[in-house]
Amino acid sequence: MDIEKITRFADHLAAASREGVGVTPLTLLDPQFSEIEAYHVQLKTIERKVKEGARITGKKIGLTSRAMQTLLGVEQPDYGHLLDDMVVENNGELPFEHVLSPKVEAEIAFLLKRDLEGPHVTTYDVLMATEYVMPALEIVDSRIANWQIKLEDTVADNASSGFYVLGGHPVKPQDLDLPLVGMALYKNQQLVNTGVGAAALGNPASCVAWLANKLYELGITLKAGEIILSGALSAAVEAKPGDVFHTQLAGLGSVGVRFGEKKT
Amino acid sequence: MQSELLYKRLAQKLVDAELNREVVVKLTAEYPELTVEDGYRIQNELVSLKLEQGHRIFASKMGLTSQAKMKQMNVHEPIRGYIFDYMNIEDGILPINELIHPKVEAEIAFVLHEDLEGPGITEAHVLAATDYVVPALEIIDSRYVQFQFALPDVIADNTSSSRVFIGSTWRKPNELEIDLVGVTLSINGELKDLGAGAAVLGHPARSVAMLANMLAREGRKLHKGDLILSGGITGSHQLREGDVVSAKWGGLGSIEFVVKTR
Repeated sequence: MDIEKITRFADHLAAASREGVGVTPLTLLDPQFSEIEAYHVQLKTIERKVKEGARITGKKIGLTSRAMQTLLGVEQPDYGHLLDDMVVENNGELPFEHVLSPKVEAEIAFLLKRDLEGPHVTTYDVLMATEYVMPALEIVDSRIANWQIKLEDTVADNASSGFYVLGGHPVKPQDLDLPLVGMALYKNQQLVNTGVGAAALGNPASCVAWLANKLYELGITLKAGEIILSGALSAAVEAKPGDVFHTQLAGLGSVGVRFGEKKT
Repeated sequence: MQSELLYKRLAQKLVDAELNREVVVKLTAEYPELTVEDGYRIQNELVSLKLEQGHRIFASKMGLTSQAKMKQMNVHEPIRGYIFDYMNIEDGILPINELIHPKVEAEIAFVLHEDLEGPGITEAHVLAATDYVVPALEIIDSRYVQFQFALPDVIADNTSSSRVFIGSTWRKPNELEIDLVGVTLSINGELKDLGAGAAVLGHPARSVAMLANMLAREGRKLHKGDLILSGGITGSHQLREGDVVSAKWGGLGSIEFVVKTR
């Protein structure tokens, strides 16, 4: 592992956040940049933020749809870390200067009541280890200019995480047929997308099982109390200053977010 | 406005195309002046021909109910048509040898326990008048070459109605969030499409309300006992001999069928 490169690439992405301007893809700077190196760049960034006082609140799973996997030429999802400074209150405002080119996705969030440690975690284990599921909006964002990402770019960039909003009401996962939970996503009161739980690898709980097993490779365990965003139920929708988004999920209620006007 | 005779002749042409499994060129190629209203006049003639042949109306249906399809056809209102009794399949087999180039789409259907007479019918009226909501797979099979048609053509062709499978899980409308019923459509075990009820005009009940209001313009209404297919939640997907189609609805069960020669 080239520690110098890992640090340099973490610095490269940090500059984008600091300056508020997207940067050159890492895979352009180094065509040999690998997925495992990319995860180490992500871990480096998270380690720094934790040192600065941020707290890890959970994980997010990305690239869970066939369409996204095809787009990036991959056959499995990726994941990123959730931190306490990424939380937006339900129906709260997200200042636009905190994002670069945000997109919004509706998801099902899992709150774990027990640790989930790979490598043999099944969907059944996930259901039994879950306290509640609830509806979530994820605001994905890319520190790479114009979302010109390959798999390694988004992995290094914390799976293009931005912010997340939890809402609705918590429900035991056993009380729902997760693959068939319907979803409607609205932008400024206009329907923009519909979806269903099965959009995330056939079952959102299977995505969480994938994550637990993937993390085993990196020596990480999903902890009780963590929030897991299990993957988008429809394509991400671009957000502009002043846009208001909300989503409704069958049996789970609704969750919303408002983007602030851009300060000039 | 065209002559009565022309409406009858064009309706007969479409009935023959269905029966003989021979596609025809869209009517507007020869009669570019045909309007939406003409389309419905031809459809009325087509319905009369079917009834004269001894068929019975089994259900009403709405088409072009998604934003995507309305944009594609450049329309602001869905279209309506009929499903006849011979189109209702109960043995799980889609007889491909009777069809031209069938496609499948997943829907939610409504059964009414009260008449609905427009104008002014809203989503709330529909829900109050609904006895049950039921899952349905609709088979569309345009009688036009390669599904190539303008709006008056598809209306004249009874909105491409061909066959229908009605599911066995029936629910009272207040037992479900109808706009949030999730749907998956798989062909040969592969997930092909998905969506939620809201894909139909924001709420499937809105589609039924629009149908009642459209009928009111002709002094007609929806009747107690009517079955209404509200429109595709998924897109429509081409079917081939040997395909096994499976669809699931959140809280509304599932429907499966196979495509084969009978």
